Amino acid sequence: MLSICDAYVTFNPGTPIAVPALRGVDLDLAPGEFVTVIGTNGAGKSTLLSAVAGDVRLDRGGIYVDGHDVTRWPTERRASLIGRVFQEPRAGTCSSLTVEENLALAASRGGRRRLRLALGRGAERARLKEHLARLGMGLEDRLGAHVGTLSGGQRQALSLLMATLLPMKILILDEHTAALDPGAAATILALSSEITGEQRLTTLMVTHSMRNSLDHGERTIMMNAGRVLLDIRGDERKGYDVPDLLALFKKTTGKAVEDDQLVLA
Amino acid sequence: MSMLALSGAIEAGLLFSLVALGVYISFRVLNFPDLTVDGSFPLGAAATAVAIVSGINPLLATLIGTGAGACAGFVSAYLNVRFRILNLLAGILTMVALYSINLRVMGRPNISLYGEETIFTPFDGLLGLGIWTNAVVLLAIAVAMKFAVDWFLATEIGLALRASGENPVMARAQSVDNDRMTLIGLTISNGLVGLAGSLFAQSQGVADVSMGIGTIVTGLAALIIGETLLGSLKVGWATLGCLAGALLYRFFIALALSAGFLGIQAQDLNLVTAVVVAVAVVLSRARRKHPLHLRTRLQRLFARPQGQKGA
Ligand SMILES: Nc1ncnc2c1ncn2[C@@H]1O[C@H](COP(=O)(O)OP(=O)(O)O)[C@@H](O)[C@H]1O
Ligand SMILES: [Mg+2]
Repeated sequence: MLSICDAYVTFNPGTPIAVPALRGVDLDLAPGEFVTVIGTNGAGKSTLLSAVAGDVRLDRGGIYVDGHDVTRWPTERRASLIGRVFQEPRAGTCSSLTVEENLALAASRGGRRRLRLALGRGAERARLKEHLARLGMGLEDRLGAHVGTLSGGQRQALSLLMATLLPMKILILDEHTAALDPGAAATILALSSEITGEQRLTTLMVTHSMRNSLDHGERTIMMNAGRVLLDIRGDERKGYDVPDLLALFKKTTGKAVEDDQLVLA
Repeated sequence: MSMLALSGAIEAGLLFSLVALGVYISFRVLNFPDLTVDGSFPLGAAATAVAIVSGINPLLATLIGTGAGACAGFVSAYLNVRFRILNLLAGILTMVALYSINLRVMGRPNISLYGEETIFTPFDGLLGLGIWTNAVVLLAIAVAMKFAVDWFLATEIGLALRASGENPVMARAQSVDNDRMTLIGLTISNGLVGLAGSLFAQSQGVADVSMGIGTIVTGLAALIIGETLLGSLKVGWATLGCLAGALLYRFFIALALSAGFLGIQAQDLNLVTAVVVAVAVVLSRARRKHPLHLRTRLQRLFARPQGQKGA
């Protein structure tokens, strides 16, 4: 469903501050596979996800989604195949638009936008309300509220719904609960699992929590210095716990994990 | 203030409400500080004037002026999205180029429309409103344009345009082509400004190559006054604010002129407008950052603290 082949990305190439962020990443996701991504700060996780989404162009290598070679597609074109939730709740929604307008924007993703009123009525609105009700955040009664007035958790739930509203191929979640309080984070994480499970979405989720990386999805990769360091799945993964991951990291890199954030939880 | 001055002020206010609507789309919705306006306004006037004196139907001439303004907006947007020229500079380049172009279009610095048939002529006898005829026709046009903008910004494309201006990263993730939105937005914005210029020439009876100077600042003044009065969160209120702001602004300018307030004369208009916009921007920012900021400051200034009494 998603193939990343020999992906290289260098920021500020040819300058003294050049940063090789991806150094030959190969990754294949089967349809419906939910992969969690962990790694220390600066390992290249966000760069990898941005490269899939299209915000970062590869210097070398290719990206294939559902048989399409999307390597040269701009982000807005890939958006018909790829849904994305950002880390910052404010990044994935539009503050000055209402809940309903944000959803309407997502409902026309990938299609040809026309000169016709964006907000539906009757049946269409009822359907949106149903979707919103499933989030369990009371948003179904706040269709006309400006998104700027919502809490971070509500905005992130809305982002998740917007990303998954239409049938698509790949869902990208980049630390999408990192900016939330623990309660909201747990809710959003549970919702993500529920929605991806239900729609059998092929998912790449970056998390800073080793615990979450093992508890969610069916495959975990660990990145380090722009490469995929570990790729754990199947029965092997079932036996894993956080200390095992830490030990494995140390064994492969010769270094202990120093990133506090990563060890947490 | 005489009735003539009042009707003149209302006409000017309604004309500039069209500019304000255009500026609202570029500056606010699209977040693109577009300075093309000072060129597209006289371009609309010039194109219409030339069309009218060469015998073209006034309605068609008005459309030509509007279309010319729209083209100017497209050029600025194209310079920005295609060649990545800074948005401010893109607008300035087009504006400067338009000065020469407008002279070329007219063939001379100004064209009088005195005695020519304009879009207002058919209404002269029809409505029996005397000096108010132009104002009434302009009111109808301004209100129609307000609702047209409201409608447009509620369509699928309009929603994409709003998202693109506010949060381009999110818009892209929702398959919005931001470059395309800039092209569409500036084209519409300057189309409105071209329409304003076209109607200005027809109501004033003259198109002049230097009539564009300060258009953008007046449009901004109207926009900011409207936002202060009616808020800017909802599109419908913001566009209503464009009308109200432009009318109020021109009304008070006319009042100041007729009362000889501070010795203000017509040639001081651009200075007054610039000062008003600068002050309004500072005030609105202060209010946004620290609600009550000014009021508490003033209170502190005037209410003498207890302990210092007699000190
Ligand atoms: N836009 C950018 N410009 C320059 N360097 C960047 C940019 N984005 C990321 N980097 C660098 O690339 C490396 C990988 O970053 P990132 O993918 O964000 O890591 P992670 O998400 O795993 O913490 C880091 O060294 C980071 O500083
Ligand atoms: Mg990151």
